[in-house]
Amino acid sequence: MKRVTVHEEWCLGCHLCEYNCAFANSGLADMVKALKNQKITPRIHVEEDGRIHYAVSCRHCEDPICIKGCISGALQKGADGVVTIDHDKCVGCLSCMLLCPYGCITTDENETVLKCELCVKNGDIPACVQGCPNRAIVFEEVQT
Amino acid sequence: MKYVIIGNGPAAVSCIDGIRSVDPDGSITVISKEDHPAYFRPLISYYLEGKSKAENIYCRRADFYESSNCGVIHSEAVAIDTDNRSVMLKNGESIPYDRLCICTGSSPFVPPMKGLETVENKYTFLTVDDSFAIEKAITKDSRVLIIGAGLIGLKCAEGLRDRVQSVTVCDLAPRVLSSILDDECAAIVQKHLENCGIGFSLGNTADRFDGNTAMMKDGSEIGFDVLVLALGVRPNIGFFKEAGGACGRAIIVDNEMKTSVDGIFAAGDCVEQYDISFGDKRIMALLPNANLGGYTAGVNMAGGSAEFDNAVPMNSIGFWGLHMMTAGTYANDENAQMIEEKGEKSIKRFFIKNNRLVGFIIIGDVKSAGIYTNLIRTQADISAYDPDALTKNATLLPFGENYRRKTLGGVV
Repeated sequence: MKRVTVHEEWCLGCHLCEYNCAFANSGLADMVKALKNQKITPRIHVEEDGRIHYAVSCRHCEDPICIKGCISGALQKGADGVVTIDHDKCVGCLSCMLLCPYGCITTDENETVLKCELCVKNGDIPACVQGCPNRAIVFEEVQT
Repeated sequence: MKYVIIGNGPAAVSCIDGIRSVDPDGSITVISKEDHPAYFRPLISYYLEGKSKAENIYCRRADFYESSNCGVIHSEAVAIDTDNRSVMLKNGESIPYDRLCICTGSSPFVPPMKGLETVENKYTFLTVDDSFAIEKAITKDSRVLIIGAGLIGLKCAEGLRDRVQSVTVCDLAPRVLSSILDDECAAIVQKHLENCGIGFSLGNTADRFDGNTAMMKDGSEIGFDVLVLALGVRPNIGFFKEAGGACGRAIIVDNEMKTSVDGIFAAGDCVEQYDISFGDKRIMALLPNANLGGYTAGVNMAGGSAEFDNAVPMNSIGFWGLHMMTAGTYANDENAQMIEEKGEKSIKRFFIKNNRLVGFIIIGDVKSAGIYTNLIRTQADISAYDPDALTKNATLLPFGENYRRKTLGGVV
């Protein structure tokens, strides 16, 4: 399967991935309405310490431990390998956040879980990848 | 090959998955005491709260048992004949097995209490049927008294608050969540729950009952309409013990989820196994462990090879916006060093022993706490990492570029 991979040597720390993710998942057509003066809840985030920057989003693990801990059955891995979240089922217990080794789980304003679903509902190429100005975030087949 | 699974919760359905990952054909029989397909037990409080619909609590799709080619018998196992490899049921049937997995979970523990028989509306809170029964018993004018301020009692309180007039929780322990929180952390949680409208009477419990009144140990009286008994649980291990199986407080299993009896495996809330953060066996009755242990048992029952060799206790729980997470071992260990980070609305306590993170308590800022859980589960040597970078915020920064290239740039 194609995955989002992150190459920190190319990351500028611009945080555009966060804005593009929030916009793509807002359901709105107007970027200004989606982002301006809004508290955004992107499913990708940049970690940095001044020298180093890189983006973190769901790894769609081969054997996702988040699913093993999900108390509501909201997290599922599809036949396509994409780990998705069912917001009708999620109760916001955050067991997945307690288990994800990479810190990829976040929450929305209603405290249910948000995570990268590879933009399967938004188009062919994830918005973070499309908007990355320096190809630090790539959508590619990765050998296991 | 004939597989029999006693119990029908998350450990049991994960066991079925494990068996089927190796053996697509052998016959599987599940013996289910409850009259429901496997459901997520922690959802029973969210059902009361209205966050989970009754039709959404099940662990698997409706056709799971059929598509896994798995029979379900609704009865209760009462004995095991280990010589002839068969399970005796309450309904008189005897079910032969080649490989057996015990996933019987636990039952509410209710100690003898004076006058309890005079209380009409009393419930335990462990099954979805308990949830349905409590729902029937309450009205918007009900005063609910919950005995037990542990995970079950407090989740019940959260589920009921908006549906009744009042909820009071009492516990003989002087603090809430005494099994997972220390005094200071428990005080933060209790204050939050009080602000959310839950009443407490701690260090105090019901001495006796007279109808709808609890006479408390401290001499006070608490009137109630509905009583919930949430004093803890005991693993369901009686028939295994009688068959001569090795038990401590629960069924003892190794990393392959094998019991002391040939051909018999066990998983879920009814087992105790090696806790790598603690260095000894103990009960870790938590959903991730039930799933991981159940799957491991299934694979090994079917002749495959799997180990669940990194079990640790872990809890993620929240009440009305305040989240807390704990993992590993952190109580009563003088040899562990504690590092504390305190924020305005947050407290983090990390427990380090022999250069390894062995446990943590985080209240409030729980973001990305799985990074810490992973350090415990992998027993990583953390001496090379900058302690400040490690504990102030949970990020992948301390672990270096190579680790990030592997995890963020590859397949994990």
